[in-house]
Amino acid sequence: MSALLEVSGISVSFDGFRAINNLSFSIGPAELRAIIGPNGAGKTTFMDIVTGKTRPDQGTITFGERAVSLLGMSEARIAREGIGRKFQRPTVFEDQSVQDNLLLALKAARSPWCVLIWKPKASDLARVQVLAHEVGLADQLQRKSGELSHGQKQWLEIAMLLAQEPRLLLVDEPAAGMTPSEREQTTSLLVSLAKTRAVVVVEHDMDFVRRLNCRVTVLHEGAVLAEGSLDHVTRDQQVISVYLGRG
Amino acid sequence: MSRSFFAKHPSVLIFIAVLAIFTIMVTLASDAYGFGWLSTSYIKTLGKTLSLCLVALAMDLIWGYAGILTLGHMAFFALGGYLIGMWLMYARTEEIVVQALAHGGLPATPEEISQGIASQIFGVVGTSDLPAIWSFAYSLPLQLALALAVPGLLALVFGWLAFRSRVTGVYLSILTQAMTLALALYLYQNDSGLRGNNGLSGLQNLPGLTETSQDLVSIWFFWASALALGLGYLTLAWAVSGKFGSVIRAIRDDEARVRFLGYPVELYKLFLFTLTALIAALAGVLYYPQAGIINPAELAPIASIYLAVWVAIGGRGRLYGAVIGAAFVSLLSSVFTSGRLPNIPLGPVWLSWVDWWLVLLGAAFVAVTLFAPKGISGVFDRYQRIAPPDRKGAPLGPADGSLQKQEAQA
Ligand SMILES: Nc1ncnc2c1ncn2[C@@H]1O[C@H](COP(=O)(O)OP(=O)(O)O)[C@@H](O)[C@H]1O
Ligand SMILES: [Mg+2]
Repeated sequence: MSALLEVSGISVSFDGFRAINNLSFSIGPAELRAIIGPNGAGKTTFMDIVTGKTRPDQGTITFGERAVSLLGMSEARIAREGIGRKFQRPTVFEDQSVQDNLLLALKAARSPWCVLIWKPKASDLARVQVLAHEVGLADQLQRKSGELSHGQKQWLEIAMLLAQEPRLLLVDEPAAGMTPSEREQTTSLLVSLAKTRAVVVVEHDMDFVRRLNCRVTVLHEGAVLAEGSLDHVTRDQQVISVYLGRG
Repeated sequence: MSRSFFAKHPSVLIFIAVLAIFTIMVTLASDAYGFGWLSTSYIKTLGKTLSLCLVALAMDLIWGYAGILTLGHMAFFALGGYLIGMWLMYARTEEIVVQALAHGGLPATPEEISQGIASQIFGVVGTSDLPAIWSFAYSLPLQLALALAVPGLLALVFGWLAFRSRVTGVYLSILTQAMTLALALYLYQNDSGLRGNNGLSGLQNLPGLTETSQDLVSIWFFWASALALGLGYLTLAWAVSGKFGSVIRAIRDDEARVRFLGYPVELYKLFLFTLTALIAALAGVLYYPQAGIINPAELAPIASIYLAVWVAIGGRGRLYGAVIGAAFVSLLSSVFTSGRLPNIPLGPVWLSWVDWWLVLLGAAFVAVTLFAPKGISGVFDRYQRIAPPDRKGAPLGPADGSLQKQEAQA
């Protein structure tokens, strides 16, 4: 099986500080992967690079069957290629209703002139209903999303990601601010999503990662320290000393 | 535009109805078609006010909805005025010249006519050659097309340069101020080809309608301004009511997030910038024939700042707010600066309204920004019970019992 995303040898420096150092990473079209690593390891920066927010100084990134290079594409273009991203803090459009947020994310033409004449079809509204139902917001569609609780905003953002129908999902610390039962729901959702697409999850919480039951990549000082099952990497001596050892 | 559009947005129907009633009332009060209660010059003031309301609509679209505080749109307004003014002045002068030459007995040659026109128009700046930019001034359709094409193209190029390098916020505001200032300074020069600081004048005289009185002309332009405002309002209300409005408000609130949803944010900004410049130019085309005169002072940076003040006072993010703000403030301003209000003695000094009006306006702007960020349309919001969630300043925290970030990391 060829990889969906292939990152090889990327490096990036901020004012001389190497945040990412010759990092390589690849993920298949239907795979779940957890990325762990201490604070400042470069996990968020890695996502910034893949989504086009930060330009790497060197290295290549290719995506999809035709292995198109993502370097030099704008953030919006990369998103349209099929890469969705969930940020660490929930970022929904607080001034707009839950339904408007979902319609905004729904897969459709993105250019101004298409959007200007776009009207939601019955199928679009039905899709919004289904998505809202999936994340427990079905009866909140007309509410302003600014009024939702932190956890509900996280869910709304996840629903928006699903509405985009991305082929690769990058999720930055999804469990923060969720109740234990919401976390369980999140893990099962991520696991089921990964059956049809690639999902990369950055998470601090080991129990959460354990429940994901997937391959783990350990990042340290901008490079891959170890890769394999959770049990495998937690037995790795280097990993223990730089990360787990700190408790 | 279906019935459900009006049902969902009753304010649009109310606006159009109010505008229609206002137009009928003014017509009935005019000299030309009614009882003559309103002077012709006041009808012109009202017509000009309606065109200012149209630019305010454009400003509200780009600033109130999309959050782009451009402070240069009056430059596009004035450019539209200049370009239509060129035709008005050229064609009028041509009539006069042809008439004058006809007294010689022989019909004038085209060379003589164009010579006459050029020296008539450019005598004041000491030349008698028609500059190249006047090449199309003989034709109304061509000059009308230019009145939209030139500001539109300028906005397209300027916006492309600015948005492509992701200039935002106060830097964009400053850049647009610099643009309008640079244009004004250029137009002040005599060799800019637009009569330097004299500007263009006599624009109220419509070519071919020499015999028609200004009473009639004023009401025609008033109608045209009302029609343009009504159509502009309908179009923009329709545009912001759907997903397009949703996208641009999202750009205002968090443009990075919108990019990650796949929307080409810069393209949206460029589209809005150019569209609003076109609306401003159209408003200028309607305004300056009513004003009768245009000069480079119209492109002064302060003019565009006024535009922002109108929209702020009327209420950002509400189309009717922009219209109310522009009408209210510009009418009030014409009262205060008319010099007809009695000055008030304050001991040794006089409170002169002409001088103090700006201070008053500035204070009103500060007060609105601080105490009523929704401006006048906040009153309507309160009436409709649209209120922001009252959280006493605190963000809504995690739901009860959710794991906090600290706990999650432990
Ligand atoms: N824009 C930036 N400018 C300067 N330094 C940055 C920038 N972004 C990230 N860094 C640095 O890069 C390192 C990696 O950060 P980050 O990717 O956020 O780590 P993580 O998400 O793994 O906690 C940190 O030391 C951070 O300070
Ligand atoms: Mg991080």
